[in-house]
Amino acid sequence: MIAYLVRRILYAIPILIGVNLITFALFFVVNTPDDMARMQLGVKRVTPEAIEVWKAERGYDKPLLFNAGARGIARLTETVFYQKSVKLFVFDFGQSDDGRNISQEIKTRMWPSMAIALPVLLAGLAVNITFALLMTFFRATAIDFWGVVLCVAMMSISTLFYIIAGQFFVSKLWRLVPISGYEGGIEAVRFVILPVIIGVISGIGSGARLYRTGFLEEIGKDYVRTARAKGLAETTVLFRHVLKNGMIPILTGAVAQIPLLFLGSLLTESFFGIPGLGSYTIDAIGSQDFAVVRSMVFLGSVLYVIGLILTDISYTLVDPRVRFE
Amino acid sequence: MSYAAGTADGGEPVLSVEHLATELEGSAGTLHAVDGVDLRIARGETFAIVGESGCGKSMTALSILRLLPEAGHIVAGSVSVNGTELLSLPEAAMRNVRGRRIAMIFQEPATSLNPVLTIGRQIAEVLQRHTQLRGAAMRARAIELLDAVGIPDAAMRVDDYPFRLSGGMKQRAMIAIALAGEPDLLIADEPTTALDVTIQAQVLELLRELQRKNGMSILLITHDLGVVAHMAHRVAVMYCGRFVEIAPRDEFFRAPQHPYTRKLFDALPDAGKRGTELSVMRGQVPSLAAAPPGCAFADRCDFVMPRCTEASPDWTPLGAAHEVRCFLRATQPAGPFDAGSGAQSAAAPQGVSAELLKVRSLRVHFPIRKGLLMRTVGWVKAVDGVSLDVRTGRTLALVGESGCGKTTVGKSILQLIRPSAGEVGFDGVDLTRLRGAALRRRRADFQIIFQDPYASLNPRMRVTDILTEGMAALGTEAGSAAMSRRADELLAHVGLSAEVKERYPHEFSGGQRQRIAIARALAVRPRLIICDEPTSALDVSVQAQILNLLKGLQREFGLSYLFITHNIAVVEYLAHEVAVMYLGRIVERGTVDEVLRTPRHPYTQALLASLPRGDVEVGAEFPRLEGELPSPADPPRGCHFHPRCPQAMAECKLGYPDAIRLSESHEVSCLLYRAQKR
Amino acid sequence: MIVVLWTDALLWALVAAVAAYFWHVHRHEHLAAPWRRVLQSSAGTMSLVILAAYGLVGLADSLHFRPAIGAAGDAHAPVYSVEVLSVLDLALAPLRTHTETTYSAPLATRAYARETVELGGGRVVREYPRLRFGGAQLAHESDRDRDIARRIALGAGAGVALWLVLVLSLLTAIARRESTSPAAAWHAVWSGRTRVAWRGALYAALALLVLGFAAASLSAEYHVLGTDKVGLDVLYLSLKSVRTGLMIGALTTLVMLPFAVMLGIMAGYFKGWVDDVIQYVYTTLNSIPGVLLIAAAVLMMQVYIDTHPDLFPTTAQRADLRLLFLCIILGLTNWTGLARLLRGETLKLRELDFIQAAQAFGVSHYRIITRHVLPNVMHLVIISLVMDFSGLVLAEAVLSYVGVGVDPSMISFGTMINAARLEIAREPMVWWVLVAAFVFMFALVLAANLFADAVRDAFDPRVRVGSGVAKAAT
Repeated sequence: MIAYLVRRILYAIPILIGVNLITFALFFVVNTPDDMARMQLGVKRVTPEAIEVWKAERGYDKPLLFNAGARGIARLTETVFYQKSVKLFVFDFGQSDDGRNISQEIKTRMWPSMAIALPVLLAGLAVNITFALLMTFFRATAIDFWGVVLCVAMMSISTLFYIIAGQFFVSKLWRLVPISGYEGGIEAVRFVILPVIIGVISGIGSGARLYRTGFLEEIGKDYVRTARAKGLAETTVLFRHVLKNGMIPILTGAVAQIPLLFLGSLLTESFFGIPGLGSYTIDAIGSQDFAVVRSMVFLGSVLYVIGLILTDISYTLVDPRVRFE
Repeated sequence: MSYAAGTADGGEPVLSVEHLATELEGSAGTLHAVDGVDLRIARGETFAIVGESGCGKSMTALSILRLLPEAGHIVAGSVSVNGTELLSLPEAAMRNVRGRRIAMIFQEPATSLNPVLTIGRQIAEVLQRHTQLRGAAMRARAIELLDAVGIPDAAMRVDDYPFRLSGGMKQRAMIAIALAGEPDLLIADEPTTALDVTIQAQVLELLRELQRKNGMSILLITHDLGVVAHMAHRVAVMYCGRFVEIAPRDEFFRAPQHPYTRKLFDALPDAGKRGTELSVMRGQVPSLAAAPPGCAFADRCDFVMPRCTEASPDWTPLGAAHEVRCFLRATQPAGPFDAGSGAQSAAAPQGVSAELLKVRSLRVHFPIRKGLLMRTVGWVKAVDGVSLDVRTGRTLALVGESGCGKTTVGKSILQLIRPSAGEVGFDGVDLTRLRGAALRRRRADFQIIFQDPYASLNPRMRVTDILTEGMAALGTEAGSAAMSRRADELLAHVGLSAEVKERYPHEFSGGQRQRIAIARALAVRPRLIICDEPTSALDVSVQAQILNLLKGLQREFGLSYLFITHNIAVVEYLAHEVAVMYLGRIVERGTVDEVLRTPRHPYTQALLASLPRGDVEVGAEFPRLEGELPSPADPPRGCHFHPRCPQAMAECKLGYPDAIRLSESHEVSCLLYRAQKR
Repeated sequence: MIVVLWTDALLWALVAAVAAYFWHVHRHEHLAAPWRRVLQSSAGTMSLVILAAYGLVGLADSLHFRPAIGAAGDAHAPVYSVEVLSVLDLALAPLRTHTETTYSAPLATRAYARETVELGGGRVVREYPRLRFGGAQLAHESDRDRDIARRIALGAGAGVALWLVLVLSLLTAIARRESTSPAAAWHAVWSGRTRVAWRGALYAALALLVLGFAAASLSAEYHVLGTDKVGLDVLYLSLKSVRTGLMIGALTTLVMLPFAVMLGIMAGYFKGWVDDVIQYVYTTLNSIPGVLLIAAAVLMMQVYIDTHPDLFPTTAQRADLRLLFLCIILGLTNWTGLARLLRGETLKLRELDFIQAAQAFGVSHYRIITRHVLPNVMHLVIISLVMDFSGLVLAEAVLSYVGVGVDPSMISFGTMINAARLEIAREPMVWWVLVAAFVFMFALVLAANLFADAVRDAFDPRVRVGSGVAKAAT
C-alpha cells in the first residue's frame, strides 16, 4: 500500500513536468514575449522601446532556454524557462502582469472559493443521491419516467440561465439576499447561500440521472436477488445492499473533486462577485494577464493530481476488495 | 429409500405446486417460460428438475419464491408451502416466507454474495430478519453456521469479505446464509455448475449431510444427470416449460420412458459408446414464444404420431410414482427404443502413427511485480515443465481442474502466448524458435477451437468473411473464387448449408456457432487442432452433435486433436491418450484405458472418484478430496499434490517426483511407484 | 461570388461523411438494426425532427457568398460587396435589413426608450417613437392586437395545412408499402404500431410548422422577438446563432475523433510501452482543468491573430478561423474521455476468442484492429459522439461568457447572452434577448439530449434484454 502510494506520487512528477512544458510552449513559444507586449500595449503605434520596458518589468527580457551572456549555472537560471516555468514546482508563482504577488492572491482567494464550492459538492451529493434513490425505488413507474424527463430537461438548461434567473428572482424581485458581493465570517452566509443553491440545482439533472444509472446497474446484480431471497424488505435491499455498492464510485469520484474545489467556479464567482480564485482567473483572462493564467493552469493540475491520489486512497478505505500492490 | 414420499404416501407435502404458469415479456413477444408445472415435495425429500438451458427450470424456482425478473409474471397456478398459499400472499407476508420457510442458493457464488459486506453480516441479516437472536448470540450462531458448512476457522472467517474466499468456500457461505433461517425447503439452482468436480463433490456431500441432520427438503435444479443420480429421490424432466416425465430416481435411471429423456441419456458420451456415434436429436429446441398446441417435443421425436401435434398428451401413470407425458406410453406401456441408437462408425485409425506434436519441458511463467520499482518478486508458474506428444490422427486429452494451466498449454503451443522455456516440436520444427514470417507460414498447420461459442465469432463479420479470413491471411487458396468455393465446402463438412454464408453470427444457435468455429479452423487445412473445452458451454444434446462432428472430421482428414477438457466422460468417449494436469505439471499420462481404468496417481484416482455418475447408489460416499487447488504462484514444496493427498508420505515434501514409466505408454509422477522404476 | 469558409468546408465534408455512413449502414442489416431501434422510440423521432430543423438552418447558413453590387463600368468585372452573406441571410433578408435604432420589445410598435423627437414646427418632445419597421404598416396602433391575432391565425393555419398535406402523403406512402388502406395506416400511426415511431415525428413537425409559419407571418411586419441594443432583430440573431452552436458541437467531435479512436485502440491493443506513453499523454492533458487549458490556448490564439492582422483579410474570415481554432482546442481537451473508454474496451476485446483466433491465423495487427476491434467499439464511438454534442453547445455559451469563446463579432448564443446579461438590471428590464437565446439553446440541447438517450438505449448492449436468443429464460 505505502509502496503503491509512493509510486503514484512519483508518477505525478512526469505529469507535472509535462504540464509545465505544455504551458511553456503555449505561453512562450507559440507567441514570443514581444507579441504579448505588443498585444498588451495596443497593437498599433507601439514603439520597440515600450516593448523592451514592458518585458523588462515582468522579467520576459531574458532568453527563453539558454542565456549565452551569463556565466556558470546562471546560463540556465537566467532564462525565461527557469524563472517562469521551473519555479512553479516550488509554488513560486512570481508576479502577475500588473505587478501583484500571485501566491499571496491565491492564499487569500482560495477560501471564499472553498466557501461556495464545498457546500455545493456536499449538498449536491446529498440531493442527487436522494433523487437517484427515489427514482431507483420507483423504477419503471411514472415517477421514475417523469423524474428522468425532468433530469434531461434540467441538464439541457444552460448554467448561465440558472444563475441569471436565480439572481433575477431571488435577489432582484424578491430581495431575499444581496445580488452579489462577499464578506468574511458569519456574514458570508448571506452571500453564499444563493450561489450554493444555484450550484446544486444546476447539477441535479446530470448528477441524479448518472447515479440512477449506477444504482439500476447494481440492482440488476445477483447479490440483490440473494438479498431478496433472504426475505429482506425492498428498502433494506436498497439502502443496505444497493446503496453501499453504488456509493463506491460516487464517493471516490467526489474525493477526486475536493482538491479542485480550491479553484472555485468561474461563472458563479464572477456573477456573484465572490473574491475567489474563479473570479481571479476570469479577470486575468479578461485582462489577458498571462502570468496569472499560467499559474492557475499549473496549480490546477497539481490539485488534479492530488485528487487522483486521494481517489486511490479512498478506494482502499471504502471498497474492501481493493488492495493496491 | 423413501422415494415415493410426497405423492405416494399421501403425507403433507412441504411444497406443493399446481398448474404453475409464468410468462416473460421479451422483445420477441411473450415467452411461456413455465407452462403448467405440478410438483410436490415431501419432508426430507430431494426433488430434482433436470433440463437443458432455456427449458424454464430456473424460472420455476424463481416463481415459487416470487422473485421473478421484472419482465416476468405468474399468470396461473398455485404454490403452497406447508399448506400456506403463496401466490395470494401480500408482499410483506411473502417476505416472511423467503429465507425462513424457503431459502435459495444460486449458480454463481462469486456474484451472489454482496462484495462489500462481511460474510458474518450477510448471515446476520437473515438471523435478524427471521429469528430472535441479537448481538453476541447472533454472532455465535453465524460462526456455528459457518462451522456447520465446513468453513475452517469459522470464528475468523466470519469477519472476512467474500473476495477472500475461494469459489467452493463462497458456495459454502451461501449455504450457511440459506440455512440461517432454518428453512423447510432449500432451492438449489445449479449449485455446483460453476465449481470444479472435486469441489462439486464436497459441496454435494455437504448438502446431503445437512439434509440428513435437519430433515429439510431440497428442490435441486440441474442440467447434470450425474448430480441428479447422487442427490435426488425423485426426478422431473423439463422441456419447453413443461414436465415431461416424473420418476423415482432408481426407475428414472433404469428405465426412462419419455423419448426426450431417452435421447438425453443416449447423447451422454461415455466409454461404452466409443467407436459409435452419439445419438442426437434432430432440430432445435422450439421457441418458448410459440406454445404449440401439441407435444412440444413432437418435431424432434423419433416416434412422433399424428396426434402428437394436435393435442398435448396428459400424464400416463407407469407404476408407483412414475408418470410420463407421452402418447406413446399411453398406447403401448412398454416398448423397444432401438430406432434412435447410434450407428456404428468405422474405428479410428489404429496402430502406431507418426508423432506430430512433441512438447518438451514447456514452461510459461508470468512475473509477479511488487514494490516501489515494480521489481519481479516471483513467478506464477502457470505451466511448469509439461511434456506431451500428439500423434497423427490421434486425440490426446489434457485433463485438469480450472486454474491448473491447461488452457495456457494450448495457447503456448500455438505461440499465442510465448513460452518461457521448453520446446514445441511440430513436425520436427521447434516453433518456439520461429519468428515473424517463418512462424506465420507454419500457422496453417495448427489451429484452435474455443469454449465460448458466443465469444469465438466476431459479431460484426459475415460467416463468409469469418471463414475466408485465415485463407486470406495465410494465402492457402489462390483467388477469391477459390476461397469462396472452399467456404462452401467447409460449411458442407460441418453440416451447414452454403446459404448461411451471408449471415451474421447472432443469427445462429450456440451449437451452430461452434460448427462455424470448427469450419474456420479447418479452412487452412490444419493437421493439428487444439480444442479448448469446445463443448463445455453446450447442452448435452448439442455436445453430442459437436463430438460426432469432431470424430467424423478426424476420420476423414486424419486430424490430430489436443483436447483440453475437465469432462472425463468426453475423454472416455473421444480420446486415445490422456494426460492429467495438476498445478502446471502433468501427473499422469497414458492411454485412455490405462489412465481411466487403472488410475495410479492419487490425484487421478480422486478426480475420477469425484465424478457424479448415473450408475451409483444414492447415499454412496464420495471418496472426497479435501482442500482446494493451491495458488500456482506459491505451489507446495515437493509434490504439489501432497497437502491434499490421502496417501502422502514424509518424502513427498522433499522434492517433486520424477515421472515413472509403468508401461510402454503409461507414466506417473508419484513416489508410490518408485519400486516399479526402471 | 461564392465564398467557402473553412468551417463551411468542414461542415459539408462532415455532412458527406455522415451521408456515406448511413448509406453503408443501410446496406448492412446488423448495422441498421440499432438505428432502427432509435427510430422506434417516439423521443428519438421527435428529437430527430427538431434536430433536422436546426440542421437545415445551420446548413443554409453555411453556404456563403459575396453579393454583386452592380457592375461598375466594365460589365465583365462585377464588383462584389465585402460583406459575406449566406443563403440563410438571403431567406431572412427582411429580418436582416429591418433594423431599428435600439431596443424594442417583442411585437412592439414603439421603441423601448424615450427619444427626443422633433415635431413639425420646431416643437421637441420626449416620447417613445414609432419603430421604423415594427408595426409600421398599421394606420392606427390600436389595431395592433387584432392584426397580430389575424397574422398568427393565418400563419398557424398555413402550418396546419402544410402539416395535413405531410400527414396525408405519409399515410399514402405507408399504405402503399404495407399494402393496407390509408385508414388502417392512420390507426397504426396514431396507436404507435408502426415500425418507425411516426407519431412522435408528426407531433414535432406540427409544433415546428405552426410556430414557424406563425413567426414567419408575424415577422413580415413585426419584430417577433424584439430587437437588441443596436436594433437588430432578435429572431434573426437567434437563427444565426444556430450555425455557431452546430459547428461547435459537430466539428469538435470531428477533430477529436481520429485521436481518440486511434490512440485509445492502440493503447488497449498493444499494451506495454505504447499504452504507457498514450496513458501518460492523456493523463497529462486531463490534469489541466479544461476551462483553463482552453482559456490559455484561446488567449494565445488571440495574441497570434491580433499580432498578425495581415493574415486575415475580412472580419468574417477572422471570426471563422477563430471558431475553427476553438473547435480544435475543444477537441484536443475532449478526446481523453473517449480514448480512455476505448482503451478499456479494447483491453477486454483483445482477450476474446475471435481475436485470438485471428492471431492464430497470423492476421496482421492492422487488419485485426480494423476488422475485429474497430467494428466492435463503433457503438461506443457513436454513443459518445451524440452524448458530447449537447455538452459542447452548452459549453460554447459559457466560454463566450468567460471571453474565450467565439469571436465577439460572430453571432452565437454565448455572445447574445453576454451582451444582454447586464440589461437584466435595467428598469424596466430587457428580458427578450436572454429569453430568446436560452429558449433556442434549450430546444436544441434538449433535442440533442433526447436523441442521445435514444441512441444510447439502442446501441448499448447492456441496456437491451432478451434480444433474439432466449438467454433470459433460464
